[in-house]
Amino acid sequence: MIEVVRTGPLATVQDLGRPGHAHLGVPRSGAADEKALRLANRLVANPEDAAGVEFTLGGSVLRFHARAWIAVTGAPVPLRIDGRAFATNAPCHVRSGAVVELGTPPAGLRTYLAVRGGIAVGEVLGSRSTDLLSGLGPAPLTPGDRLPVGPVQDLGDMTVDIAPAPPLPETPVLRVLPGPRDDWFRPDALTVLTSNPYTVTQDSNRVGVRLDGPPLARRREGELSSEGMVIGSLQVPPSGLPIIFLADHPTTGGYPVIAVLTTASLSDAAQLRPGQEIRFLL
Amino acid sequence: MRIRRAGDAALLVETDGLDAAHRLDAALREADLPGVVDVVPGERTVLVVADPSADLDRLAAQLPGLPLPEDAGGGAPPAEIPVVYDGADLDEVARLTGLSREEVVVKHSAATYTVAYLGFSPGFGYLTGLDPALHVARRESPRTAVPEGSVAIAGPYTAVYPSRSPGGWRLLGRSGLALWDVTRDPPSLLRPGMRVRFLREESL
Repeated sequence: MIEVVRTGPLATVQDLGRPGHAHLGVPRSGAADEKALRLANRLVANPEDAAGVEFTLGGSVLRFHARAWIAVTGAPVPLRIDGRAFATNAPCHVRSGAVVELGTPPAGLRTYLAVRGGIAVGEVLGSRSTDLLSGLGPAPLTPGDRLPVGPVQDLGDMTVDIAPAPPLPETPVLRVLPGPRDDWFRPDALTVLTSNPYTVTQDSNRVGVRLDGPPLARRREGELSSEGMVIGSLQVPPSGLPIIFLADHPTTGGYPVIAVLTTASLSDAAQLRPGQEIRFLL
Repeated sequence: MRIRRAGDAALLVETDGLDAAHRLDAALREADLPGVVDVVPGERTVLVVADPSADLDRLAAQLPGLPLPEDAGGGAPPAEIPVVYDGADLDEVARLTGLSREEVVVKHSAATYTVAYLGFSPGFGYLTGLDPALHVARRESPRTAVPEGSVAIAGPYTAVYPSRSPGGWRLLGRSGLALWDVTRDPPSLLRPGMRVRFLREESL
C-alpha cells in the first residue's frame, strides 16, 4: 500500500485509458505520455497497461507501507528514497516504510511512477485512469490517500538496469499530418503553422495544450458539423489559435482540425510546459 | 463516401448525411474489423480510430465494400424518456419562440427524435428531430451547474444532461431516468442511431 503524503500541482492514477467508448462520449483518457508509462511498467516487469501515477510538475512525497520495486520515467525529476538520490528510468527497490520524494523536473511536465504489481484501484469501464474532463475514475490524489498495489507473483523477472533516455529538447518539434479539415483554411495556413514558433499558454491541461502565435486564417466560414476527433488533433476555434488535444479531449467537436500530430509526437506534446516554444513540422 | 486521413491512425469518413453515418457506424460495429479501436459517428461523418500499427490504406479500401444495414436503429421501437416539464427556461423559450408554455411542451413531447451522436460528456446524446419552431440559441452565459436529468434544447437539438455539469442549453424539464450508469453495460442509455420519445409526466 502506498500512502500519499504530499502532492505537487496534480497527481492522478493513469493506465492506458478507456478506448472503445468514444461513441458514448467517453474520452480515451489514460497516461498523457503513454510511452513514458509503458517504459516505467516494463522496467518493473509489469504489463505495459498496468496503472501507475502521473505527476504534473513533480513535487510529491509517497510513503510505502510494504516493500516494492518502482520505476520513475517521463519528465526527469530528482528522485530520493529515504533521502538517498536514485536514477530515474531505472528500477529502484523501496523498503517497507520508506519515503519516496519526487522533486520538480527542470524540463518536461509529466513524470510517471510505476510500482511492480501496478496501482490496484477499482476499474471504471475497464480502466483505472482519472479522466478530468468527464470525472470518471479515481479523483486526483490528495494527501492521506492510500493506493493499493496489485499482486506480483505472476510477473516476470526484471531484466533491465537502466533505460537510456535522451534529454527533452528545448524547443520541441512536433510532426503533423495535414487534415482532416485543412481545406477549411486559407492555402497558406499550413505554411504559417509550420514556419513560425508557437508558445504553450498557461491554460493547458490533460484535455489540451492551448497555443499562442500567428492565427490560422479560415477560407470557409460557417459551422462545421460536429464530428469525432482523435488524440493529437489541432483544432482551430474562431480565434485562429490551435489547441492540441491530449488524452482527456472531448470525443466530438465542432471546430475544424487543420492537422493531427503523428503518434510518435504525442509524447513530446504531453511534456510541453506553459511558456515553452514549439515548432510544427509537416 | 469520401475518406479523409485524421493523422496516422484514424480515418474520417464523410457520408451523405446523418442516416448514412448511422448505417456505416452500424456496419462497422457488425464487421468488427481487426485493428479498429473506436468508431465515432458525427452529424455527417464516421471517425474510425485504428491501432497505430494498423494498415490505414487497407482499412480505407475495406470501407466502401461494407454491407450497410437498411435501418441503423434495427427497427427497434423508440426509447421512452419520462419528463416533467417544469424547467427554469420554459417562459424564456416561450418568449423567444412566440409560443405559449403549453405549446412549447406539446411540440417538444410530440416529436420522435434520433440520437445523432454523443459527446460533451459521457452519455450526452445530441437528439435531432426538434420542431423548427423550438430552435433557440444557447444562453448568453452558461450555467455553472445544470442538474442531472435536465431536459434541454439548443439550436436544432434536444438533450438530457446525464450528469450534473456546466451547460448553456435552455432547460425545459427534468427526467428521473438514469441516462448514464457505469455499472451498466453499455453504460449509456442512448446510442447513436437510436430513436427516442419524451413522455409527459406530472411528477417524477
